[in-house]
Amino acid sequence: MSALTHTTANPHIKTDESMWPMLFILVPVMIWAMFAAAGPGFGTFAGVPMKFHAGIMLTALLGGVVYIIGKMGSNPPTIDHSRYADKVVKYGVIATTFWGIVGMSAGVLIAAQMTWPGIFYFDGAWTNFGRLRPLHTSAVIFAFGGNALIATSFYVVQRTCRTRLAGGSWPWFVFWGYQLFIIMAASGYLMGITGGKEYAEPEWYVDLWLTIVWVAYLLVFLMTLAKRKEPHIYVANWFYLAFIVTVAILHIVNNLALPVALTSAKSYGVYAGVQDAMTQWWYGHNAVGFFLTAGFLAIMYYFIPKRANRPIWSYKLSIVHFWAVIFIYIWAGPHHLHYTALPQWTQTLGMVFSIMLWMPSWGGMINGLMTLQGAWDKLRTDPVLRMLVVSVAFYGMATFEGPLMSIRYVNALSHYTDWGIGHVHSGALGWNGFVTFGALYCLVPWLWKKKELYSTKLVEWHFWLATLGIVFYITAMWGAGISQGLNWRSYTELGFLEYSFIETVSPLHVFFAIRTLGGFLFLLGTLIMAYNIRMTIKGRGNATSIVTNAASDPVMPSPVPSTLAPAE
Amino acid sequence: MFLRLHKYLEQKSFALLLGIIAVVSVGGLVEIAPLFYIDSTIEEVDGMRPYTPLELAGRNIYVREGCYTCHSQMIRPLRDEVERYGHYSLAAESMYDRPFQWGSKRTGPDIARVGGKYSDEWHRTHLIDPRSVVPESIMPPYKFLDKAELQYDDIIAHLSANKRLGVPYSDEMLAIAKSDVETQLDPMAEDEEGFLARYPNAVMRDFDGNPDRVTEMDALIAYLQMLGTLVDFTEYEADLDENLR
Repeated sequence: MSALTHTTANPHIKTDESMWPMLFILVPVMIWAMFAAAGPGFGTFAGVPMKFHAGIMLTALLGGVVYIIGKMGSNPPTIDHSRYADKVVKYGVIATTFWGIVGMSAGVLIAAQMTWPGIFYFDGAWTNFGRLRPLHTSAVIFAFGGNALIATSFYVVQRTCRTRLAGGSWPWFVFWGYQLFIIMAASGYLMGITGGKEYAEPEWYVDLWLTIVWVAYLLVFLMTLAKRKEPHIYVANWFYLAFIVTVAILHIVNNLALPVALTSAKSYGVYAGVQDAMTQWWYGHNAVGFFLTAGFLAIMYYFIPKRANRPIWSYKLSIVHFWAVIFIYIWAGPHHLHYTALPQWTQTLGMVFSIMLWMPSWGGMINGLMTLQGAWDKLRTDPVLRMLVVSVAFYGMATFEGPLMSIRYVNALSHYTDWGIGHVHSGALGWNGFVTFGALYCLVPWLWKKKELYSTKLVEWHFWLATLGIVFYITAMWGAGISQGLNWRSYTELGFLEYSFIETVSPLHVFFAIRTLGGFLFLLGTLIMAYNIRMTIKGRGNATSIVTNAASDPVMPSPVPSTLAPAE
Repeated sequence: MFLRLHKYLEQKSFALLLGIIAVVSVGGLVEIAPLFYIDSTIEEVDGMRPYTPLELAGRNIYVREGCYTCHSQMIRPLRDEVERYGHYSLAAESMYDRPFQWGSKRTGPDIARVGGKYSDEWHRTHLIDPRSVVPESIMPPYKFLDKAELQYDDIIAHLSANKRLGVPYSDEMLAIAKSDVETQLDPMAEDEEGFLARYPNAVMRDFDGNPDRVTEMDALIAYLQMLGTLVDFTEYEADLDENLR
């Protein structure tokens, strides 16, 4: 009775009709999954796995359909448009933490496999390096990173636009659809279902599913921007928008493929050989550029000013470096293909633009770091802010190292070696990892209405363990990569190659052991974070609850605080 | 002027979206699209042919196991690489590769030209237990390939998909693809001549040492043994204008 009066009293509460259209997507895909699961399990390989794989999808979709019908059939849910949609962000925070642990554990395992092959390789196919490595890369980039991006973008776009997420329950479709994508991709790799292109391994039907989810994500984000109450679109949202739409373009173009049969797990890409290589690295490098850079710069542009309580240092710099970054990044892909059978003109273009990319990248770094002007003292006392700032420093380092390695002569040495692995990890652990951890440490007390985190001391432990881990990791990879690169090209006095291939492998053992230790320390830090987050949510330690009458924040009535408004 | 334009973009979400799409499209269009139209992107060479059905199945296993995460198939024109691995790789050599498997990391050596360098028995032993032949190796064991029956019931559909994408398989090749798997594994096969006419220079023998079974090991070794062996380099002149890219 009281609920009813409440409904009539509050004009912002409306019935949520947005779930019905989801059935138009879920049911057809479910019918396909049914055929694929019951089908002959086509494939020169992976016959049985396809049945199993489609079965996973079928089960998940069936669950979704039953849930929607149950929810809509009995008592249609309502949405309070005067409040932010925060529950989906909370789920995102937990998913980010969970997948971070999964992805990093897989990384530590495969690092151990390369260090102690006699111990960590098992006879079964599922746990071999070649299948676990895509699991590791996809889990950390797309599951950990992707969930961080979706969760923070949902949080930030609401605050900076002063409006609830658009699309009713569609943000939930995006969240759960994305988790299904992750599970399909990861389980597929373990069963040997892969497209065989790095960072784009999922097969055609998983790609199609991601396309649906991603378009829904773009629409939710765009329609939220469109109904904003704030005249200007805040800079973080430019980066989120560029990340979402460009990743959609990259994903669709790179993964165009023809399935062997509609119920087969296997497909053949429309591009072959050299064109396939170019398309793949256009995709691959811009997965770095737009997923791991533009998206995470958006996180930087919201959380650093918020945490430091200072406005962005330069509004003009953010404009210039935004457009420069997104224009130039797209060209940089061919630096992955130096000295290959790709035509020289394309390689040269890729190299030139990669070097140019240094400038706008550092524009972003400078804008992030200088935002701390007048607040540098906080770095001593606030390990969360320190994590965010150190992430920007690692971003600066990785975006200097990248252009250096893209120079053809440097690349002749660095390519194919562990130097590349080290470079990727200084970006992934130092930049993406730390900026995500910082954002999570900010978000958890904000979302769960706690005064502060359970323990700041544990954040200190996380920070130092992870930093030490990164230092071990990247120095070991510099050592391994540069020494192996030099050994490959080493000649005897008589003009013969000095080392056989395997003689260049055995000296790497000690580096690989240090790398495994570094990765383990980083994982340990993440586990500590997970514990800290859990205790904060439970309201233990310093995380006393803030008294509030609602689970989610009301939409801000006044203009956004000056720290988030354009500086001019 | 610039700031005023930006003031507009900043207040119109759809305009901002279109602006982003326009700006990010340029690089890809300039770098990728011409590769489909400039003829010299892929050299004219003698000897390239589509994969035999068995090799294609083996290649799919190579992809399935993620071999590309540790082995490159792209020899760069650098002195040490050419001396270590052989003639630098040509674009033409991967013209039928979907996906390309050039790789990005050499945890193990490049294998673009591994074909014919080791015996079938070496490959089989090495795949089953790499450290039994190379003690310092850090490669995973692939014992299970030796036990797994090759599933090739639908091999025709695989060739057919490739054909639709432009790989020059003839209708005849499609029709007898399944028996061609068995033909290639049988050095006494009746249709030896026909097979070699369809797939010139293909290696015909039982690869896994067990003539009674068609295993995934057969297919993978068949693929490894043909890698880099097709192009006739006695006929290829690297210095010709049309071969400079």
